[in-house]
Amino acid sequence: MPNNSKGMYNKNLVIAGIVIFVILAAFPFWFNVVKSAPAPEVVLTEKAKAAKECVRSKEYMTTDHMVLLDVWRDSVVRDAKRTYVNPKGVEFNMSLSNTCLDCHSNKTEFCDRCHDYASVSPYCWDCHIDNPQGGIE
Amino acid sequence: MNANYMYSLIAVIVLLLLAYVGVAGLHLEVLFGIVFPYVAMAIFVAGFVYKLVGWAKSPVPFPITTTSGQQVSLPMVSPARIDNPNNKLGVVIRMLLEIFLFRSLFRNTKFEIKDTNKFSYEMEKWLWLFALAFHYAFFVVLIRHLRFFTEPVLLPVQWLEKLDGFFQVGLPGIFLSGFVLMAAVIYLFLRRVWIPQMRYISLPADYFPLFLILAIAASGILMRYVAKVDIVNAKELTMGLVTLRPTIPEGIGVLFYVHVFLVSVLLAYFPFSKLMHLGGIFFCPTRNLPGNTREFRYENPWNYPVKIHTYEAYEDEFREKMIEAGLPVEKMPGPEKNLEEGEKE
Repeated sequence: MPNNSKGMYNKNLVIAGIVIFVILAAFPFWFNVVKSAPAPEVVLTEKAKAAKECVRSKEYMTTDHMVLLDVWRDSVVRDAKRTYVNPKGVEFNMSLSNTCLDCHSNKTEFCDRCHDYASVSPYCWDCHIDNPQGGIE
Repeated sequence: MNANYMYSLIAVIVLLLLAYVGVAGLHLEVLFGIVFPYVAMAIFVAGFVYKLVGWAKSPVPFPITTTSGQQVSLPMVSPARIDNPNNKLGVVIRMLLEIFLFRSLFRNTKFEIKDTNKFSYEMEKWLWLFALAFHYAFFVVLIRHLRFFTEPVLLPVQWLEKLDGFFQVGLPGIFLSGFVLMAAVIYLFLRRVWIPQMRYISLPADYFPLFLILAIAASGILMRYVAKVDIVNAKELTMGLVTLRPTIPEGIGVLFYVHVFLVSVLLAYFPFSKLMHLGGIFFCPTRNLPGNTREFRYENPWNYPVKIHTYEAYEDEFREKMIEAGLPVEKMPGPEKNLEEGEKE
């Protein structure tokens, strides 16, 4: 049937539907109008800066640190193997608390910033205390 | 081999390569990361509204509701108030059940000729099951992606992520929805290829969205679990888009741009394709009209005035002639009454 050029049927309902659709589709646009938080900057501790390089390259650590930690966990928990040798041949103790958090002792400024920004809530911290210097085993 | 799905597959592969070459080779990050998403979003919203208005202007003169139950009739016949509603409440309930539970698909049957010359209709729930899985998985994936478009991330989105990653498999934790989506899309494709009748009626427009969604899901899954991209930079880009301060952060990874480009294509394609059933379901006359044709008389609004000559008038005109010819008439002239008169209206 040809369109009725005079107007819409059930106009009020249809317009209400269109308004709802536009509001939903534009949700991210109006939701972020009030304040827009810039991308987080991670803070390196003096110790981390001095070490120059992490266990692996910065690029690898940015994207794949969780994979590395997962491998470490399996290795330590299942095989009791605690030594990690990186591609450069440097040895590390496979330990989140003692190796990672030794340099990166500023969890809130290092780990949490990106995790919160990307809405990632790793369950590492369910067991691992974020500040091993606190004297808790 | 079938030209219909080969064309669709080739189209999606070309799109993939386009984005890959455009970003990895020609460094058109601005085009693929900013221009195309904005254009696609504009086409999506404008096209969607255009379609809705077009449908709203199309008259539906008759209640062409399809029913699968008894219409409200005599008091002794029990009506199906949801399958064949005669009032607004019933229609709303039927629409809600259709939108959230896909009742039409639940009625899907399989037709077979068994033995010789013996027809049989069998229950067939797989389409319903996978369609439901597909749509809900897609919905969860969509809502989950709000973490890239809101800052701070909404609490319900975080709850949904927790639920979706409930099994805590591996790191980064597996989100079930993505894999359910992939599996369902693959089923919906294979169904079209395997069932001869489905293959016969399937067109490139049926295959293309399936391949496109498959490619989107695959690129997303790859990006999360295998060839990882820098997620913080990715969010910086998406947040730039929605705060209207677009930026291209360094080193996100090509896969991200491929993913974004395919989504842009999906958005731009959406209003002009079968995918528009998202809006169309609300305009579906077979679902949203009440089955009350016994209670109300529907008249075609385009009926031009027809010159009517009722039987009564006809008889008035020709009564004498009819009596002369010996034809029965309803009203006998004169004082004597016709016996049948009382029975007729």
